[in-house]
Amino acid sequence: MNEIIFKTEGLAKTFNRRKIFKDISFELKENSSLAITGKNGSGKSTLLKILSGILSPTRGSIEMNIGGKIIRHDSYFKKLGLVSPYLQLYDEFTGQENLELFRDIRGIEATDNYIEDLLKLFKLWERRDDFVRTYSSGMKQRLKYAFALLHNPSILLLDEPRSNLDAEGIETVYKIMEEQKKRGILIVATNDSEDIEHCEQLIDLNKQETSGK
Amino acid sequence: MRESLAATLTIFKKDLRSEMRTRYALNALLMFVITTLSIILFSIGNENVSPELLSGVLWIIIFFSTMSGLSRTFVSEEERGTVMTLHLIAKPLSIYFGKLLFNLLLLGGLNIFTVLLYLLFVSGFTVLNYSIFVTTIILGTLGLASGSTIIAAIIAKANTKGTLYPVLSFPILLPLLLTVINATKLSVSGAQFSESFGEFQILISYLVVLTAISFLLFEYIWKE
Ligand SMILES: Nc1ncnc2c1ncn2[C@@H]1O[C@H](COP(=O)(O)OP(=O)(O)OP(=O)(O)O)[C@@H](O)[C@H]1O
Ligand SMILES: [Mg+2]
Repeated sequence: MNEIIFKTEGLAKTFNRRKIFKDISFELKENSSLAITGKNGSGKSTLLKILSGILSPTRGSIEMNIGGKIIRHDSYFKKLGLVSPYLQLYDEFTGQENLELFRDIRGIEATDNYIEDLLKLFKLWERRDDFVRTYSSGMKQRLKYAFALLHNPSILLLDEPRSNLDAEGIETVYKIMEEQKKRGILIVATNDSEDIEHCEQLIDLNKQETSGK
Repeated sequence: MRESLAATLTIFKKDLRSEMRTRYALNALLMFVITTLSIILFSIGNENVSPELLSGVLWIIIFFSTMSGLSRTFVSEEERGTVMTLHLIAKPLSIYFGKLLFNLLLLGGLNIFTVLLYLLFVSGFTVLNYSIFVTTIILGTLGLASGSTIIAAIIAKANTKGTLYPVLSFPILLPLLLTVINATKLSVSGAQFSESFGEFQILISYLVVLTAISFLLFEYIWKE
């Protein structure tokens, strides 16, 4: 079993002198999950971007440790998957081409079969040869899930996991969240009470304290 | 290391494929070259313009068409919001060199096209020493591609994208431009290859320094 530790210490972010949040500290191990809540504009999405290594924090540090090895910051992308409203896949490629492209750039072994499985899981198989440009917003959201799971990430970060999804899609997402908890770490930014129920720990950015539920 | 190299090549291929589908930069580049060249031909008319002056004009076309097309490499990812996706699949190093390679190919193709048209239609422009001329074009292309890639990365993060590009490029690319124009002048005035060594030395050092700085700078720019 691979040991996974993902922890932060005193994370703070300031945008042009506007303090978004400060002093975010937590430590997660494999099989654990964390919900991040807070009002609109409280910094949930920003925190997720920082955790995935896209933004730098103004202060504080992040440590990712997998199987006893500290992962370098520029390699975080290998170990984590992110679904976020800010993510855009390539419009001029088809759904399948997008996934193949990401596999090739990542240099991972995901087989065509695995890509097929993902596309089928997210009900995109029929539309795999259509340009992403022509996808509906829910279909784009589904494709983002396939993108985030392609490399079997140890840490899965979801920002507003349900956005644009229908009932069936939401059910698939909950199934994935449960599987992720068995395999690694799950972090969800949401204000939806049903989403929160799937997570064991909670950080409220308006209160700024970690609590077990 | 090998992993990063593979990622670099795949990003390059992705840009190429994307460009073939969208013609995001290519059309702008080609139209720019063709319109500028026609205007120059009209304004020259039957005048006798010295080949030295025409050397400068050639690089004006190349400089501005580079500026009009290559800025799009990073700006297009930023505008479409796919920057985040890139962050999540590759190291900055791979992204930078993938983009650089793509710009190099685009600019190389464009320059061959421009130079051929120029040699064909601008009758006053006759190259006497082709080895100097070709070396200059190659080194100039390398320098411009390297310079414009890093400038494009800076600009993609700025708020006033369109106008900033030529303004920011000018000081950075000025030494390069002055040197390539000098070397081109040498090639039309019938100088020996050895006489242009000085120019080539400057161009090569410029290239090495620029690429090294760009690479160091890029990691910093890339992650806000
Ligand atoms: N690039 C940026 N530059 C300046 N300010 C920013 C930037 N990105 C986010 N902000 C600010 O940071 C704050 C937090 O934004 P963020 O998107 O993280 O909030 P959120 O909690 O995800 O909100 P929501 O519930 O609406 O999704 C907001 O006040 C926003 O205006
Ligand atoms: Mg948000």
